[in-house]
Amino acid sequence: MSDTKAELNLDRSVGDFSYPEHHAFDAGYGLTPDTINYIADVKGEPDWIREFRLKALDVFLSKPLPTHWATKDLETLEFEKIRYYLAHGQRPTRSWEEVPEDMKQTFERLGIPEQERKFLAGVEAQFDSEAVYSNIQKAIGEQGVIFTGSTEALIKYPEIFRKWFGKVIPTGDNKFSALNSAVFSGGSFIYVPPGVKVKHPLQAYFRINAENFGQFERTLIIADEGSELMYMEGCTAPKFETATLHSAVVELVALKGAKIQYVTVQNWSSNVFNLVTKRGVAHEDAEIKWIDCNIGSRLTMKYPGVVLKGRKARGEVISIALASNGQHQDTGAKMIHAADETTSNIVSKSISAGTGRATYRGQVHIPKHLKGCKNNTECDALLINPDSRTDTYPAVTVRGTGNATQHEASVSQISAEQIFYMQQRGLTEGQAMSLSVNGFVNDLVRQFPMEYSVELKRLIDLEMEGSVG
Amino acid sequence: MKSLVIKDLHANIGEREIIKGLSLEIECGKIHAIMGPNGSGKSTLSKVIAGHPDYTVTSGEVLMDGENILGMAPDERARKGIFLAFQYPMEVPGVTIANFLRAAVSARLPEGEELEATEYYQRLYEKMDLLEMDRSFTARSVNEGFSGGEKKRCEILQMAMLEPKYAILDETDSGLDIDALRIVSHGVNVLRSPDRGMLLITHYQRLLDYIVPDVIHVMVAGKIVMSGPKELALELESKGYDWLTEEEPAPAV
Repeated sequence: MSDTKAELNLDRSVGDFSYPEHHAFDAGYGLTPDTINYIADVKGEPDWIREFRLKALDVFLSKPLPTHWATKDLETLEFEKIRYYLAHGQRPTRSWEEVPEDMKQTFERLGIPEQERKFLAGVEAQFDSEAVYSNIQKAIGEQGVIFTGSTEALIKYPEIFRKWFGKVIPTGDNKFSALNSAVFSGGSFIYVPPGVKVKHPLQAYFRINAENFGQFERTLIIADEGSELMYMEGCTAPKFETATLHSAVVELVALKGAKIQYVTVQNWSSNVFNLVTKRGVAHEDAEIKWIDCNIGSRLTMKYPGVVLKGRKARGEVISIALASNGQHQDTGAKMIHAADETTSNIVSKSISAGTGRATYRGQVHIPKHLKGCKNNTECDALLINPDSRTDTYPAVTVRGTGNATQHEASVSQISAEQIFYMQQRGLTEGQAMSLSVNGFVNDLVRQFPMEYSVELKRLIDLEMEGSVG
Repeated sequence: MKSLVIKDLHANIGEREIIKGLSLEIECGKIHAIMGPNGSGKSTLSKVIAGHPDYTVTSGEVLMDGENILGMAPDERARKGIFLAFQYPMEVPGVTIANFLRAAVSARLPEGEELEATEYYQRLYEKMDLLEMDRSFTARSVNEGFSGGEKKRCEILQMAMLEPKYAILDETDSGLDIDALRIVSHGVNVLRSPDRGMLLITHYQRLLDYIVPDVIHVMVAGKIVMSGPKELALELESKGYDWLTEEEPAPAV
C-alpha cells in the first residue's frame, strides 16, 4: 500500500542542537601523552593507573580502525576534534527554554520525573538523586556491597580493583577498548561479597551525579562466590549528549556459583558514535546474562560477550535493536566456551525502519577438547520499509564430537496486507505499525524489568506513531 | 432510512476494471447476500468498500447513511462503522487477541477517554461464550497458527466487540466444517439487529441455510445481474451460474 511504502521518518533529531559551553577542567581537543597526564593529575590517580593509561594510548594509536569488517562511517570520526576529559560537574548547560518542544513532549509521555528531565535534556549538569541514592547505599552497604564510582574505587579499594581491572577486557582487545583504557573516567564499581543476594536492581540511574553518563565510562562488577546481582544502566528517554563519541568498557566477573544480570537501555541522540566493549567471565557454575536494548545513536557497535571459564558456566545475551532513519545498530554477542558442560544462549531481535540498518554479528567458539557444551542462537530481523536493511554475520565454530549448537535466523516484513487488516479494525497506520513492532519484540521485552518494559513499549509507540503518513 | 448505498461503482486494480457499474443498497436491519461464480468481483467489492489501497475507484459513490466514504482512509471507515470479516484473516505475531481488540475498541473512544479494563474483559468474555470460544483463546496471538474455523470465529468475535453499523462477511463459510459453520452462523445471527446492515458474500448456497438473508443478488463480471428473495439461492444451487453468464462469460481467476 502506498503509505507503507513511503519512507518512515522516525524523528531522531531530538537532542541534536547546539548551546554555549563552559568548563572548569577541560583537557582540550586531541589526544597526546599530555592529555593523559592532565587527566591523571586532575583526578589525583596513582602512578600505576597513569602508566596503564599511557601504555593504552600507544596501543590505541597503533591499532587501525575496524572499518574492514564494520562500516565506513567510522572513518568520519575525527579523533583530534574530540575533548577527552571534562571535569566532574562541569558538563555543558543550556536553559529549559532552549530544549525543543518535541523532546519535552517525549519526556511527558514517557513520564520522566521533572528533575530528571532537566538532566537528560542537557539543562542541568548534575542530577539530584542524592536521597534515592543514599537509601540504596544504606540498604546494600549493610550487606557489605560496595557500589561506587570507578575513580573512587581505584583509590579506596586498590587491592580488589587492581586484581580484576583490565583482566576481562585487555587494553589491546580492540581500538576502542584501548581508547577507553587511556582516557576512562566515570562508570561504576560494584563488589558483592560471597553469598550475598542483592534484592533490588542497582541502577546507574541513581548515580548520575557520579559521572555515570560519562563519555568514556569504565564499569567493573565482581560477584563473589554464590552471590547475585542485577545491574541496570541507561534509560529509555532520549539522552542529549554533547559528545559525538561514547566508548565505554564494562567488565563483569562472576565467581563460582554467582549470577550477574546486566541490563542496558541505550537511547543516545543521533549524533553519537556508541562503540562499547562489554564482556564477562563466568567461573564454575556461574551465570552471566546481558539484556541489551539499543534505540539511539548514529552508529552502535556492541557485542556483549561471556567467557565461560568454569565447568557448567552459563552465558546469555538477549538483545533488541531498533535502527531508524540514518542509524546503524551493529550489535550481537560473543560466547567463548572454555570449559566442559558450559551452555550459552543468544536471542537477538532487530527492527530496521526507514533507511536504518541493523546488523547481527555473533561469535560462538567451542574448541575440540571440550565435552558437553551447548549453544543456541536465534536472530530475527524485521524490516519496515523497502529502504531498510538488515544483515547477519554469525561465526559459529564448534569442534569435537561431544558438543552441540543450533542456529536459527529469520527476516520478516510487516506486509501491507497485515497493516490493512489492522486498519480495517480502526487502528491508524501508525498504531498498526507500532502494535506489529511491539508484537515482534514482545517475548524479549517481557524479560526486561517491569519499569523498563512498560517504557520500551511506550517508546516504540512514540517512534512508530510519529513516523507514518 | 439508514443504509449503505453503492451507486454505479467502477473500480480497477491496475489498468484492469473489476467492478463495472455496480449498484446496491443495504438497509440497516437487513441482510443481503451476494452470490456469484469465481472471478465475478465479489471479494473486490468488499475490499473497495473497506478502502483497500490496491484498488482505484474510477467512478461512482459509496454512501454510508448519506456520507460518501470513498475519500476516507480504511481506519476512518472502520471507526465510522464499516466492518469486513476477511476471507483470509492476517496473522499478527506476538499480539494477543485481547490486546489487539483492546487497541481496536480504544481507537473508537472519544479523545482523552480510557477503556475500563474490567468492563472490557467482562464484555469480551460474554462475546466469547456466545461463540463457544475458550477463554484461553484471548492469550493467543491474532490468527497465528489458527485453524480455518478458529480464524473465522475470531473474525466474528471482533465483529461482536466492535459493533459495526455495516458488516461485510467475505466467504465466511469457506474452510469451515459443519460444526464450525453452525457456531459461526449462530454468532452472526445473534448479531442481527435493526441497527445493523450485513452483506454476506458467498459462493455456495450452504451458508444461507444457516443465515437466512432478506435479499439475494447475483454478481457476474463486476455487476449485479439479478436480485430476488431468498428462494433464488435454491434456484442457483440447482441450475448453477452458467445460464446467467451465457452472454458475458466470467473471466477465469
